[in-house]
Amino acid sequence: MRIELFYRPSFPDGRAARLAASIWKNFGASIERCALVDVYLIEGTAGIGPEDIEDVFVDRVAQDYRLDRPAADDAGGAGWRYLVEIAYRAGVTDPVAITAEEALRLRRPDAVTKQTRVRSARQYLFTCGDLAAADRERIFSSLYNPLVETALVLTREEWNAGRRPPAASPDAVSPSEVTVREFDLASLDDEALNAFSREKLLALSLEEMHTVKDHFRDEAFLAARREAGLSGAITDVEIEMIAQTWSEHCKHKIFNAEIDYRDGERAEKIVSVFKTFVKKTTDLVARRKKYLLSVFEDDSGVIRFDRRHALCFKVETHNSPSALDPYGGAITGIVGVNRDVLATGRMATPIFNTNVLCFADPSAPESDVPPGLLHPRRVMEGVHRGIIDGGNQSGIPVVAGAFLFDPDYMGKPLVFCGTGGLLPARLRGEKSWVKIVRPGDLAVMVGGRIGKDGIHGATFSSLALDETSPTSAVQIGDPITQKKMWDFLEEARGLVLFKGLTDNGAGGLSSSLGELAKRSGGVEIELDRCPLKYRGLAPWEILVSESQERMSVAVNPKDIDAFLALAKKRSVEATAVGTFTDSGFIRIRHGGTTVGLLDMEFLHDGLPVMKLKAEWKPMRRRAESHRYESNDALLLKVLANPNVCSRENLVRQYDHEVRGCSIVKPFAGVNADGHADGAVYKPVFDSWRGFTVTHGIAPRLSPFDAYDMAAHAVDEAFRAHVALGGDPEYAAALDNFCWPDPIAAPANPDGEYKLAQLVRAGRGLQDACLAYGLPLISGKDSMKNDAFVAAANVKPARKISIKPTLLVSLVGIVGDVRRAQTTDFKASGDLVFVLGETGDELGGSILELETGNAYPDCPKVNFEKAMKLYRALARAVRKGLVRSCHDCAEGGLAVALAESAIGGRLGFSISLDDVPYAWKPDSRDPSASATELLFSESPSRFVVTVSPANARRFQSLFKNLPAGFLGIVTEEQRLNVRFGNDQVLSVGLNEALDAWKGGLA
Amino acid sequence: MKKVRVCVITGFGINADLELAEAFRRTGGLPERVHLSDLIENPAALDRFGIVAFPGGFSFGDHLGSGKVFASLCKQHLRARLDAFVNAGKLVIGICNGFQMLVKMGILPNLEGDWAQDVSLIHNDSGVFEDRWVRLDSFPGTRCVWTIGLPPIELPVRHGEGKFVARDAGVDNALVDGRLIALTYRSANGGPARYPENPNGSLRGIAGICDRTGRVFGLMPHPEAFLTPYNHPRWTRSLPERAAGLLIFERGIEYARKNT
Repeated sequence: MRIELFYRPSFPDGRAARLAASIWKNFGASIERCALVDVYLIEGTAGIGPEDIEDVFVDRVAQDYRLDRPAADDAGGAGWRYLVEIAYRAGVTDPVAITAEEALRLRRPDAVTKQTRVRSARQYLFTCGDLAAADRERIFSSLYNPLVETALVLTREEWNAGRRPPAASPDAVSPSEVTVREFDLASLDDEALNAFSREKLLALSLEEMHTVKDHFRDEAFLAARREAGLSGAITDVEIEMIAQTWSEHCKHKIFNAEIDYRDGERAEKIVSVFKTFVKKTTDLVARRKKYLLSVFEDDSGVIRFDRRHALCFKVETHNSPSALDPYGGAITGIVGVNRDVLATGRMATPIFNTNVLCFADPSAPESDVPPGLLHPRRVMEGVHRGIIDGGNQSGIPVVAGAFLFDPDYMGKPLVFCGTGGLLPARLRGEKSWVKIVRPGDLAVMVGGRIGKDGIHGATFSSLALDETSPTSAVQIGDPITQKKMWDFLEEARGLVLFKGLTDNGAGGLSSSLGELAKRSGGVEIELDRCPLKYRGLAPWEILVSESQERMSVAVNPKDIDAFLALAKKRSVEATAVGTFTDSGFIRIRHGGTTVGLLDMEFLHDGLPVMKLKAEWKPMRRRAESHRYESNDALLLKVLANPNVCSRENLVRQYDHEVRGCSIVKPFAGVNADGHADGAVYKPVFDSWRGFTVTHGIAPRLSPFDAYDMAAHAVDEAFRAHVALGGDPEYAAALDNFCWPDPIAAPANPDGEYKLAQLVRAGRGLQDACLAYGLPLISGKDSMKNDAFVAAANVKPARKISIKPTLLVSLVGIVGDVRRAQTTDFKASGDLVFVLGETGDELGGSILELETGNAYPDCPKVNFEKAMKLYRALARAVRKGLVRSCHDCAEGGLAVALAESAIGGRLGFSISLDDVPYAWKPDSRDPSASATELLFSESPSRFVVTVSPANARRFQSLFKNLPAGFLGIVTEEQRLNVRFGNDQVLSVGLNEALDAWKGGLA
Repeated sequence: MKKVRVCVITGFGINADLELAEAFRRTGGLPERVHLSDLIENPAALDRFGIVAFPGGFSFGDHLGSGKVFASLCKQHLRARLDAFVNAGKLVIGICNGFQMLVKMGILPNLEGDWAQDVSLIHNDSGVFEDRWVRLDSFPGTRCVWTIGLPPIELPVRHGEGKFVARDAGVDNALVDGRLIALTYRSANGGPARYPENPNGSLRGIAGICDRTGRVFGLMPHPEAFLTPYNHPRWTRSLPERAAGLLIFERGIEYARKNT
């Protein structure tokens, strides 16, 4: 049965009009009319009739439908020229079809059977003139991603000749042979071991292969295998489980490597960047901070929020999947990090999302995009759409985030997906953040079914992107399946039907059950009990598939009936697939026989430590003289820079206030379109206590010194927290390192330098966190953010590596959200102050990008001075003396002032004479000095306004601190800046507003 | 004072149920979240309540059209109960996805009393989901017990399918003549609201309607997102005296208290 649904012509479709407009904008092609048709292919149902169809599918007022006959002429008008029909490839999750099948089942339980198959497709009908073949290709290929979707294009002539889209679903996934293969590693030499790892996409090094080979010679282990009926040959189930568990993605081998670090004459050994710089930092800070509950040991970090609640936070990256399929990569990133929160302790409730996205320039000419890579505009559009659907459909507000642009993200975009969650502090008197898994507990898989989607995601993300990147690693997320699972788990948590759970992310069951088994001491898994999407999965595929929307839960046998009954009632699939033990082994069975036996200790701790070399070479730039256009012109350019300009068009499409807890929103000011430094969120209805969500990220400083890049990232997140009214003594942060491959190799000659940058960044992170008393509670590293471009016309093969990027994400307490601050100027006559010192350090600034000048020094953070200032500002906020507060970030003082003015739709009249500065401005060239004062991106600074009545009290808090009075907020909508006797800037507010709003429009 | 029991329906992707329950709690209601599957299993459970509320969210992902599948289930299993509920003088409210459900069920506006769908909420003219605060007016002379005498208020809209349309001119006239329009988008300067003040291109700027009893009410904006004055986007500039979203729930609770 083929159903085609469309809007009646009297009800224009906003989506279609938008699509036509974007085709005009992106391709310059004029589409007279565009229509959309929703298609459903339904097979194997018994007795579904038109009445069922109408009740389930059709909006009887606005829509019409055709059953088993084409709607094209009615939907698209008789004059349509091209028809494009797009469907998911077989085996790719089709969320719409899943819903359609469930809806039919709920309505007609009798009519939907095991034979029932539902697929969805979407049809576009374009009325337009003839398009040249090249234009057609460009336009139509922008509608879908061939990795996950297929497209059929029909011209009017082909249609008239009788060609039609398929009446039935595409072919099913080709089944694998359901057998277990064995490999005798003992017989393989080095070359064969390498080939084995490469061909099976194991991403295991020769040393790691040897470790496995040696383990399979251990007599005690072999005896245990014999008892289980296994030989000394390794099974595919076992090697796949080892490869997933030992993947860079899961084990962070580089982050934990032993590094020989050289810096000129000095040499030192660093045993694990993680332990040395991250964990140790938290250990030291934890002596002073008593609010840490669970750090680095669960799927997210947990801190105390108040006496009744704990707050958890996690940020993940989904860079490689987003490079291949931006929409699928982003949405699985979101629902994946949501699951990290669901999996925290005994289940936290996700309450906010936040995303930091790094792309190359979306307006780059097509010719700048190397073959094999997607245009940054498409990457950005797809990722953005994934984030919209992932958050909105789950009912989780997107409260904060950032968009960054740099040409080096052409090779891989960075997609940081973050989620925060809330836990009741106690569950029947027990700590909610501690999982309990006991021997005898049943291992229950909850949520979606297992298919071939997402096989090898964990190992694949540990490799650079190239033309052989496996497409099976690409998936589509289905937020609604997950939302139902979440609702069910929350209900079951309330009834205390389980005490431990974790999510099925990278590595699938192999990883989730392996992790939970650490707490009991072992597990037995029955692979043939796992519910499958379709038949024909080999046992190893079932074990490592990363099919989405699944959790693994440990349920006491006495509670299993109640647990499964509740799941059934809530239309959530739940199946007991194994039992936790204390045997010390992971034992895997299929069809009654043992197909895998692994020693827990070997699996989790047997991985050899990687040994690497790092060499630091400081970059030196010569000072040169700089020439500038007028400050007026520069300000407009800087405001329009994609790293600075308004993101309103993008962020409006996120639901930022579902759950009713939003206090400082992504938009501030009189027209609710101004800049916000971050979010303030009040999670408990009957309390005024809240928290901030902020980020810091500064990849443009990496070429100078990754130490400063990291210090800057911490400072930015921390100062935004303070700017919003947060408590500088009560915050916690996450570190997400995204690096280019730091292992030196012939194809990666500067690996040692990149590894040295990692060490430098670790040190910068540590120094900053120790100075601010900021504990790191969770994090993540992603180490292969490179793309090899090896097409026929690109010789030699080129590598595009991202700039080393550390994202710092922070949650911090706001004792009373009624004292929270926004950036917008509030009233004319208010006094404008700048807090913090401005330095002659313009390297890496937006000014550098917009002028093409090269500056020798990048900004340095003076942690001690900064912390004093932060404490003083927090006091001023607590006393109610501050009317607006904006941190100075990209674009410096000039942008902070302009954005504050835009928010309030007010002007200002200020002088730079009293700006506290850390160098002597060149008196011979005042305009150059003014430019540098205006656009320097020195850290640890704020623009603050204060009502005249409070000025003296405010200033008394900043004695002996760098705080300069600049001038006043004016009713006149003009941005006026003087320096000495010169007027150095004068721009109308509307001009500034247009530039700022136009940057990404 | 007597608390009014409120049934806040949840499940299958509804996601604004917690704050809706909180809004009723703050205005004298005794809210209880009830999963749709429990209600289908035992429709008589509805009788305990004075108000039934359909919250916002993405029921069934809105994959087959917003609110469509949820509406179809309610109509199949709860139609008789809901008719009896309304005939007993009790109240129904649907917000955003809940409004879409009521409209697609046919219980709103239910011009002929036969649950035939007369109006719809289709994709925004902008073609995308948007979250923004809008100004709203109670429609002069409205029958809607939830909005009679409501002062001008501001609330957020958060939807991709909120453009209100009527099947034909007859339905349009019946809405106007029957005083079934409850809430309209307002422009800052008093004229007809255009985008973005009318955020989706709705007919007559309609943001909410009621049935002939005035007791069944659906609206696209989210009054339950304005629970404290500090939810308002400009509270740091001028603090609202009250969280205006609560005014709507107060009216519903007040009516239910007097009449049930």
